[in-house]
Amino acid sequence: MPDYLVRMVQVHESFRKAELQASADVNGVKVEFVKYHEDSPFCIVRLPSDAAARSVISRSILSHSICEIWGQGPTYDALHVSTKESSSSKWPQYAQAPFRFTLDSYRGSRTAEEQTAIVNSFSYLGLSGPARMKTPEASFRVFEDYGAVQSDGPRYLYLGRLIASSGRQAKTTYDLKKRHYISTTSMDAELALLTANIALAAPGKLFYDPFMGTGGFPLACAHFGAVVCGSDIDGRSIRGTGGSARRGQVGKKDVELNFKQYGLESRYLGGFVSDLTNTPLRLSTARGGYLDGIICDPPYGIREGLKVLGSRATLDDTERATHRDRYQEAGYIPPKRPYSFTALLDDILAFSVATLVENGRLSMWMPTANDADVELVIPTHPCLEIVSVCVQEFNKWSRRLLTYRRRAAAEVPLGALETGSRDYERGRADDLNAFRKRYFEGFKEFEEVELGAGRSGEVDDTKGISGRWRKK
Amino acid sequence: MKLLTLNFLTCALKPCKASPLSFPLHPRDAELEIVESELNLSFLRNILPRLAWEELRGVVRELGLPDLPEIMPEAEALGKASSGKKTNENAANENTITTTTDEDELSPKPEVQPEAEEPDLEPTQTALDLHRLLLETSLRAGSLVCGNCGHAYKVKEGVANFLLPGHLV
Repeated sequence: MPDYLVRMVQVHESFRKAELQASADVNGVKVEFVKYHEDSPFCIVRLPSDAAARSVISRSILSHSICEIWGQGPTYDALHVSTKESSSSKWPQYAQAPFRFTLDSYRGSRTAEEQTAIVNSFSYLGLSGPARMKTPEASFRVFEDYGAVQSDGPRYLYLGRLIASSGRQAKTTYDLKKRHYISTTSMDAELALLTANIALAAPGKLFYDPFMGTGGFPLACAHFGAVVCGSDIDGRSIRGTGGSARRGQVGKKDVELNFKQYGLESRYLGGFVSDLTNTPLRLSTARGGYLDGIICDPPYGIREGLKVLGSRATLDDTERATHRDRYQEAGYIPPKRPYSFTALLDDILAFSVATLVENGRLSMWMPTANDADVELVIPTHPCLEIVSVCVQEFNKWSRRLLTYRRRAAAEVPLGALETGSRDYERGRADDLNAFRKRYFEGFKEFEEVELGAGRSGEVDDTKGISGRWRKK
Repeated sequence: MKLLTLNFLTCALKPCKASPLSFPLHPRDAELEIVESELNLSFLRNILPRLAWEELRGVVRELGLPDLPEIMPEAEALGKASSGKKTNENAANENTITTTTDEDELSPKPEVQPEAEEPDLEPTQTALDLHRLLLETSLRAGSLVCGNCGHAYKVKEGVANFLLPGHLV
């Protein structure tokens, strides 16, 4: 199997390998990582053929292109030697083709004169076709990697022939700034596409988002060819109320409009208003699953409230009677109560187990505080295998994209499912969601909270006061 | 909400989930709409074995749409090797819906020959009919009623509301 050079982008580093692996998985291609480093945008992979390389890269959001390697080395002299040794048999094939020859310097730059000199130093390749910058038949590129430390020259070089460009232009197509209908918590287009890619969204598949909001994730899945549906506890976000998160925008906008904007309405089954803890979706185990993938960004309880159906306190008979009498009136709003984030994550896993087909994937986002001494708890389920964990770092916290694979029934160890149901407490949002509490405390009082575990009264007394001012 | 979705929806009430009567939900005062779209053969082939066929037939009957065959067609019956001419020779096959008997009352059949996903497969009439029913017919308004508890979920502007009132949670 030949080696290929993938020119990646240097953002969301921890997602890059997972994404490339997923792109290979969905195409049924075996990929081997020969050289990969979080600190470098140059990744060498082993793939069966040019066609495989083309199909893998076409889904990738976090890379620019894939090249056939013609030569490599730490200096230009070494690069020339390696090129002559390894690729001279390929030269005659491109001798007459219109071509383009460019330079790609990472963490460095070259003046126009230097660039010309470098390109000319490859004249021995015998490319005598016309130079054509637009639509060339063959495209060659010298990659210079300068390394993090300032030095005189590049630390490593490659010469590659372009096989195919990536699917990264989708990031621009789906840019939130140009989308008709968004809300305050819409996921950035690049990350939404990444999530869909890692969840293996592809033609012929059915995907579902239980917290769709304005439909960013279903849109991303539809981009990769999947048929999608979604739901949200807030019907206004699906139906659209006429209001908008965008200043100055008026008129009715809804999720359907977003699908129409990108010409994807034929892949949108529709949205419905529902709550994951009382889902209307079929959960029967006898019939088996029907979803190929579930992707979601559950509400963290910070910008979007974390609520489910129900009342804070148990209803008495009179209240129940009132609800019974009035629920069919037009203005009736079902009561909702705050919910525990941990419980919600467990609910998502249980729901996924009941609805996913074998090998179907669940990709969900989960926030955590960046405390070195807190062990990260990743929710697990015996029927789900963790495929990848990717991290997006912020200052004091980070969020993770957790991806699971639905195991086949035969893979689940016997007796693994016989765990008792867990009891989750009821109460105020702060008590139920440790992350939310820490977030609003500015992640500062962690040590004090830990030390003060014995005298919990002090901590409980601080509602409504930000962490920074609390102890003054 | 496209009709395919109805094949995945049951009553949201937890006690109803155990009862076979809660699936499928029964459409009432349904207002249907046809929005034509490109036929997606690979999706149809993939989703067909996951459908609850008996229940789908029931819903179709309740909506007054043309009857579906008694037995679910095989995924293989959806596409046939491209031969250049349009199909109706599968009429002998009992799994195929014949166009002559099932006249769609809502709107004429799509005239454009949709593009198949696999270049070597052309959609059969069965595929076209299923596509029309599952992915082009959608529920705009009305309600969906649980056969077990009788709770009616309203559908407005194509969006069904499955939120339960306070006394039922």
